Amino acid sequence: MADPMRVRALEQGGITEVKVLMQHEMETGLRKDAGGKLVPAHFIQQLSVLHKGREVLSAQLGASISKNPFLGFKFNGGVKGDRITVIWTDNMGDKRVDDAVIA
Amino acid sequence: MNQQRRDAMRLSTGLGLAVAAGLLSPLEALAAEGWNSAAFDTKNLNDTVKALGGRSAVPSINLLINAPEIAENGAVVPISVTTSLPNVQQIAILVEKNPNALSANFTIPAGTEAYVSTRVKMAQTSNVYALAKVDGKWLVASKEIKVTLGGCGG
Repeated sequence: MADPMRVRALEQGGITEVKVLMQHEMETGLRKDAGGKLVPAHFIQQLSVLHKGREVLSAQLGASISKNPFLGFKFNGGVKGDRITVIWTDNMGDKRVDDAVIA
Repeated sequence: MNQQRRDAMRLSTGLGLAVAAGLLSPLEALAAEGWNSAAFDTKNLNDTVKALGGRSAVPSINLLINAPEIAENGAVVPISVTTSLPNVQQIAILVEKNPNALSANFTIPAGTEAYVSTRVKMAQTSNVYALAKVDGKWLVASKEIKVTLGGCGG
């Protein structure tokens, strides 16, 4: 089971700024461990953010995104109290869904 | 025969078989459904644009990359991309000298601002490109980021 994300959403003047901090190793598949063996690639590939069932951002990520990925973006139409949901899937089929209320 | 060598031999045989059977390599074997593995396998800007469905990218001064000039730690380089242009459909971030150029590709639906912020790993000093698909055309901006400590080493 993947570790939870930290999701923050702040509405100001009709624009909602969303900040997401995911917990993930983001292994590139190019790194070797202390024994000289390649560490298999393990990274988040797809990410989606929903506001009231509507997708407000989707992303495809590569292994070159930093460990514990950060994402920030802004969308229109969010109201304080609305719920947003963030979903990610990694290359090993692991998945994590977290939500937050717009403040 | 010492035990360590035996383990190494067995492991490499196993890996070889897995690769031959298409179990381990290349990256696309592991790809989630819908993930554009062709684009994430590209090594340079032109190939990435093509893999994303464009023909070529036109330089634009309206596309802004906000990132440090010098990154002390290549493992965590904050990069944000923004533009005041309307009708932005996608924004992608590339690091030219990474083993695979493309770091991320964001789809921006109507109502979402043309702004994304994230953090990437950089193997060495390199140009970073921002690509944006605006009205069906790809625009590009670049910025050199100097890396004092690479972020992909083992």
